[in-house]
Amino acid sequence: MTTTRPVTRSGACVLWEVLLSEGVDVVFGYPGGAIMPAYDTLLRYPIRHVLVRHEQGAAHMADGYARASGKVGVCVATSGPGATNLVTGIATAMLDSSPIVCITGQVSSKFIGTDAFQETDITGVTLPITKHNYLVTDVEELGPTLREAFYVARSGRPGPVLVDITKDVQQALTSWVDDGAPVVLPGYRPKYTVDDESLARAVALIDSAERPVILAGHGIVKAEASADLRAFVERTGIPVASTLLGLGGFPATHPLSLGMLGMHGEAWVNHAVQEADLLIALGMRFDDRVTGKLDTFAPRARKIHVEIDPSEINKNVRVDAPIVGDVREVLRALMPRVQQKTRGSWVAKIEESKGHSAVRDIVSMPHDGRLFAAHVMHDLWRLTEGRALVVTDVGQHQMWEAQYYKHDHPRGLITSGGLGTMGFALPAAIGARFARPSLEKDEIWVVVGDGGFQMTACELSTCAQEGIKVNVAIINNGYLGMVRQWQEFFYEGRYSATPMKSPDFVKLADAHGLSSRRVTSREEIEDAVAWARKTPGTCVIDFRVEQEDAVYPMVPAGAALHDMIRRPSSIVETAEDP
Amino acid sequence: MLRTFVAHVEDRPGVLNRVVSLFRRRGYNIGSLTVGTTDKPGVSRLTVVMEADEDSARRIQADLYKLVNVLYVEDLSHAATVSRDLALLKVRASADTRPQILQLVEVFRARAVDVTTDAMVLEMCGASDKIDGLIDVLRPFGIVEMVRTGIVAMRRGGESQLEMLKAS
Ligand SMILES: Cc1ncc(C[n+]2csc(CCOP(=O)(O)OP(=O)(O)O)c2C)c(N)n1
Ligand SMILES: [Mg+2]
Repeated sequence: MTTTRPVTRSGACVLWEVLLSEGVDVVFGYPGGAIMPAYDTLLRYPIRHVLVRHEQGAAHMADGYARASGKVGVCVATSGPGATNLVTGIATAMLDSSPIVCITGQVSSKFIGTDAFQETDITGVTLPITKHNYLVTDVEELGPTLREAFYVARSGRPGPVLVDITKDVQQALTSWVDDGAPVVLPGYRPKYTVDDESLARAVALIDSAERPVILAGHGIVKAEASADLRAFVERTGIPVASTLLGLGGFPATHPLSLGMLGMHGEAWVNHAVQEADLLIALGMRFDDRVTGKLDTFAPRARKIHVEIDPSEINKNVRVDAPIVGDVREVLRALMPRVQQKTRGSWVAKIEESKGHSAVRDIVSMPHDGRLFAAHVMHDLWRLTEGRALVVTDVGQHQMWEAQYYKHDHPRGLITSGGLGTMGFALPAAIGARFARPSLEKDEIWVVVGDGGFQMTACELSTCAQEGIKVNVAIINNGYLGMVRQWQEFFYEGRYSATPMKSPDFVKLADAHGLSSRRVTSREEIEDAVAWARKTPGTCVIDFRVEQEDAVYPMVPAGAALHDMIRRPSSIVETAEDP
Repeated sequence: MLRTFVAHVEDRPGVLNRVVSLFRRRGYNIGSLTVGTTDKPGVSRLTVVMEADEDSARRIQADLYKLVNVLYVEDLSHAATVSRDLALLKVRASADTRPQILQLVEVFRARAVDVTTDAMVLEMCGASDKIDGLIDVLRPFGIVEMVRTGIVAMRRGGESQLEMLKAS
């Protein structure tokens, strides 16, 4: 129990005190009038402040920090425009259940509701995109509210919490003492006890299934359940398909790993799901990008759904055996009850359907001098031995990364899944770097498109000022590639507003005092990656890839999961050593 | 089917907004919504009536529980309940029609609460369909204006699901 002496100090001091007691050592932010008292006192506390270039970046950094560490990330902004600039970052954290606390300054309480200078009702604006939010107008409530905010952000299904603090509260004096008592919220019960009956029902389904598939989601990573999942899989012999955010929760190179399912999942994965007689969904929420057309999704399968948020049960897919609870605890409870099995013929059947697809894969193709994004991802995986922390943006490059970089470790991939926020990668990687400061242990790669990079490229300046190292691989195809691909497939090739002219990224990085180079052929990849790995400071590589390449396979939006657009036969070649 | 949910919430600024925002965001269409105080200080009670099937009813409850300030939610749709709606009706009433109207008021166990030369204000408290009935028979006289509070409901019998909350 921590007890502070009853001393009189300002609300601004209470803010930093509570952050310190919550274990915060870095915050990402941007000052302004309504948050100035807080910034003024910050100088007295051992908390590092990272000055961002746009508040959206601050929210993404807090999010990247949270995802890389499992701890709560914190961002700070002023009232009005500072606060509204956070919105995209908050929504991103909300949809991917990322625990962040956003501190915003607000005009003094006597001005609230008067349209005062830089007044925005930010609790109103963020109400639907936060797990919870608070407006603090009484300094005595500041401490307890902040403690509550951290508790709510990290417990149960985590999420963003915003605390809007009026300027007068920051200035007012208080002698509030943190008694260290646990937060009591009568209406908030994030813990669930798993009842025997639902466990028994799940066990019966698992033991009798002939063609079961596990769908592993983000919950595995968040609940730190990777080791338990692996033990469970090895006991039951059940193959694992992962969602985009679940990648790394189960080792990609494990013989029972099928890979990613869904819109850009490999054919054998989606087919296995469609043919399964049992799906065991672990910490995932049956997003439409995962299920395809709902009424044709896994029609023969009974479904077990292990999920911490009861409102996800039966939301998109009707399940036979719901278990509400922490996925790690549930796996531990199931473990001793389920039968040990091998399920060899089912696994062999899936394996058989793989062979053919792998031959069509781009990495199996003989070189023809052209540079494909898939090459970059495959080589990056090989050269970093699959051990880098990769932070991806949104678009084609994100899907190629998911397909070709084999993640064997949880928290090895950070990406915006639910909201699909372009501009996420660079700031999220900066946040991740503060969560994992060791350059030897944690190599960080940003994989970003030419479009998304330009949305938050200003944060290169943050990298330079903070002197941090991340490596940035720009997959430069001259297009808003994913949208271009949809135009190619579904709008008869009319490229409306997708060709994009970009600045010279090498010069741009150079202008920031950062190291940079360009890669235009596959032969240069190895050298460039090696160069970035050993060059101090942030490095930017401009990969000039094939411009009109497409991500295959693809389940068109609204189609059944097995209804995939496959790789065109023109790129079918004889198998080579992949 | 038409469902009645009762939610006990912390009486704090913005809580009603959170509940309403949730219904809007999830695309649930509220039939009626009433809010009021309870015997427990700091706790308000909400009654929401809306059309929902079994699945959405479950999810509405789960969604409501996700709101940090929601203490307890009950679906009263299948329970034995007392439910009441209050209406005030202003009806055209001349010296000629007044006796007829008062007769109807009697039959429906409503009350006249104000009378002027050309109109009357009636009050009726009861089950919603009874009030609908009164409105129907008064329509020919000319309804000037009308207001209804929306339904409030309570489980019959001795126990309260809120008991455990009170204990805490
Ligand atoms: C903020 C935002 N705006 C628009 C979109 C829609 N969108 C999805 S992918 C994409 C194209 C991304 O282009 P680029 O960053 O160059 O990546 P590529 O697909 O070419 O790899 C767009 C515009 C989005 N996801 N996020
Ligand atoms: Mg592009």
